[in-house]
Amino acid sequence: MSEKNFEPRIIGFLCNWCTYTAADTAGVSRMEQPANVDVIRVMCTGRIEPSFILKAFAEGADGVIVSGCHPPGDCHYTNGNFKTFRRMPLVEALLAQFGIEKGRFHWGWISGAEAPKWAQLARDFTEQVRSLGPLDWSRQLASKED
Amino acid sequence: MMDAGRHPNITLLTYSEVTGVSGYVGNYKVTVKKHPRYVREDLCVGCLQCLEGCIFKTPRFPDEFNLGLNQRKPIYLPFAQATPQVPLIDPANCLQLKTGKCKRGCAEKCDRNAIDFEQKEEVQELKVGTIIVATGFKTVDPGKTPYYGYGKYPNVYTALEVERLVSATGPTGGEVVLRDGRKPESVGIIHCVGSRDEKTNRWCSRVCCMYSLKLAHLLKDHTGARVYNFYIDMRTPGKGYEEFYNRLLEEGVFFIRGRVAEVTDWAIKTEEEGKLVLRVEDTMIGQVRRIPVDMVVLSTGLEPQPDSAAVASLFGISRSPDGFFAEAHPKLRPVETNTDGVFLAGCAQGPRDVPDTVAHAGAAASMAIALLDKGEVTISPTIAQVDEKLCSACKTCLSICPYTAITFDAEANVAKINDALCRGCGTCVAACPAGAIQGRHFTDEQIHAQIEALLREPGKKSAEGVSA
Repeated sequence: MSEKNFEPRIIGFLCNWCTYTAADTAGVSRMEQPANVDVIRVMCTGRIEPSFILKAFAEGADGVIVSGCHPPGDCHYTNGNFKTFRRMPLVEALLAQFGIEKGRFHWGWISGAEAPKWAQLARDFTEQVRSLGPLDWSRQLASKED
Repeated sequence: MMDAGRHPNITLLTYSEVTGVSGYVGNYKVTVKKHPRYVREDLCVGCLQCLEGCIFKTPRFPDEFNLGLNQRKPIYLPFAQATPQVPLIDPANCLQLKTGKCKRGCAEKCDRNAIDFEQKEEVQELKVGTIIVATGFKTVDPGKTPYYGYGKYPNVYTALEVERLVSATGPTGGEVVLRDGRKPESVGIIHCVGSRDEKTNRWCSRVCCMYSLKLAHLLKDHTGARVYNFYIDMRTPGKGYEEFYNRLLEEGVFFIRGRVAEVTDWAIKTEEEGKLVLRVEDTMIGQVRRIPVDMVVLSTGLEPQPDSAAVASLFGISRSPDGFFAEAHPKLRPVETNTDGVFLAGCAQGPRDVPDTVAHAGAAASMAIALLDKGEVTISPTIAQVDEKLCSACKTCLSICPYTAITFDAEANVAKINDALCRGCGTCVAACPAGAIQGRHFTDEQIHAQIEALLREPGKKSAEGVSA
């Protein structure tokens, strides 16, 4: 794919109860959002292992979103979002060490009632990643191995 | 209340608190701490002779039930219809309990030897199958709205205080008198104090419109005063409610649509002297008005109990952003929580009035009994499983589980997951350093396959030979 008509590929890991619901509502309500974000549903953001995010980048994703329920009280599983809260800064630090730009990874909170916020995030994040250009981390990794 | 107290299958533990909950649906173990009341419930018959024997001949301590509008003795019955009909002793004020030097008049008067100054806190463990959490609500502290002058002007009351004043068993025997003994000639009732307000609580407390109307009716009936209601919107949904509102309109109660800006005693006209003045924009006529009254009633809203976070974590239930306990589904599962076997009833889940609470509580009781009666439970297959061959016994998962579903089997040296307790959030799956825990339907393999499938170049065959 040439740089000119670059379409970023973004993976979103969304929790079943809040952000996935919001994304679903955004779709049902026909809110305008780019098709660049592909969603993987997990029951809770607490299930998201840092390796999933690395795996997504390694498989060719240009950006990754992790989003769940607002802390403190929104989590369906009492406190899974707090585990995300603790893990994600570590993932950010790890990605920085791998040379992946800060703007390619977003983590945050969108409740089931915030469908417009999800649509806005999908639009803004896609544009942000588009401006960063293709990551092509898998090829970078392969070239280093040689 | 009396009926519940006398029922052979119901054990009431009053003056007690739950300090620990363990186990799972059908097999809960609940630790209950029973505070000493210094009067033995098994011997007392509720004759209340002990109250007369007390060394304090006149009551001097603020009566909690009447919100401090009158006084009680150190030995007292919390309120007239209290169940059980057994008095208790307040250890902070009882001479015998405080100093050990008292004539013990109460014990002398008691011919059944029910007074026991040696009583200690009792801790008991109960085995139960299901739990209903009905811990209720708290009314909003009027100190949060200082512009209404509660605590500053003695004749500003909360609605609950006026409720006691109009009650026949209240501190004045049902007579509505101000703190200086006068009868109010005009009363202003301010709706939505601590409700529908960005500064305090954003939600509608649902009951205030109707109780304000009731108090307006009773105040007019008891005192003949001019009664003003200051409201944002009249919310009277319910059987017979709108009709009651219409009746009040016909009775000549005044309704002014507008949120009161402040209550002040600063008089600028002669008729305002010695009165409380409510400054309000009457949005129906588009004018700012000053209304002088003798008595101001604050219709305080409902909010969660201050310890609702602690109670939620005790029972493993979650809270909605407003702090009330969260139901499993707002429409389809209104009395269940996300913890199997724990149900909610009444205002602990959100503001509601008496008929709705009775219906909600009935539903909770039916759900709890139906579950017990069935004898078995159906659980979701989406739960976590430990591969015992891979488990390295690090115990990381034990502390991370929000449902305490994971226990450590010291003999086998592996972690074990209780299928009935696990809700399938997958937090332990992500945390397990040995990769020994897998969450069914959300295994690492399945999620990796999803990532690979989503990012496959169009038209390119995958390693597994499946075309995109």
